[in-house]
Amino acid sequence: MRIEYFQLIDRIVGLDTSAWTIDVEAVVPLESTIFEGHFPGQPLMPGVLLIESMAQTAGWLVIALNRFERMPFLAAVKEAKLRTFVLPGTTLRITAKLLHDGSGYAITKATITAEGKPICDAEITFRVMLFPEKSMRHAMEETAARIGFPMQALADG
Amino acid sequence: MSSTFDTVANIIAETCDIPRDTIKPESHAIEDLGIDSLDFLDIAFAIDKAFGIKLPLEQWTQEVNDGKATTEQYFVLQNLCTRIDGLVAAKGA
Repeated sequence: MRIEYFQLIDRIVGLDTSAWTIDVEAVVPLESTIFEGHFPGQPLMPGVLLIESMAQTAGWLVIALNRFERMPFLAAVKEAKLRTFVLPGTTLRITAKLLHDGSGYAITKATITAEGKPICDAEITFRVMLFPEKSMRHAMEETAARIGFPMQALADG
Repeated sequence: MSSTFDTVANIIAETCDIPRDTIKPESHAIEDLGIDSLDFLDIAFAIDKAFGIKLPLEQWTQEVNDGKATTEQYFVLQNLCTRIDGLVAAKGA
């Protein structure tokens, strides 16, 4: 994770376009300027960034299911539960499942665990639309390569 | 068995916290009931689940934006219900 840059996913561990699921790994850094304020002398991963990491995870699933033709934009977060503190250095496992593939929107459910213990979960809604600019799609493809997005899964799907 | 309108009205009432008795077949979801596009996603999700269909919101939005249709054709509830019935019938055909 490079949390100052909103790079909240380190690598995609699994992507199943048939089961509509994704599984990623992310390690909270030991140091970040964000921890200077959250909180001084007691660094904690901000809950809003945990929610964002779930949104990014679910977002990659939606991108995969739309075969990089459409981009999901965060629209709603429901029933978000932050169950425990997350300290620097924690390895997070983030999973998401598509609950509903609507017309121009997607409903997902995402969960974070650490060493098998639940950290947080939420239902996340996206508006799904064509990429507003080609450059945005290219940026997403570059990010996909960095986090090990399995392009072969699209070819197989 | 409740009518399509009753199901839709109940969904709107529950999703948007709108008194059920103010929701009429002639109500315009946006102009009369004040439902915004984000709330309408919740309604669409509930309708999709309740009827086992996929409301073609993108197509409808495009048609309205292109001037090929009016919002009344899709968002006045009796018209919306007619379209839901059509989608249900098409699914079973």
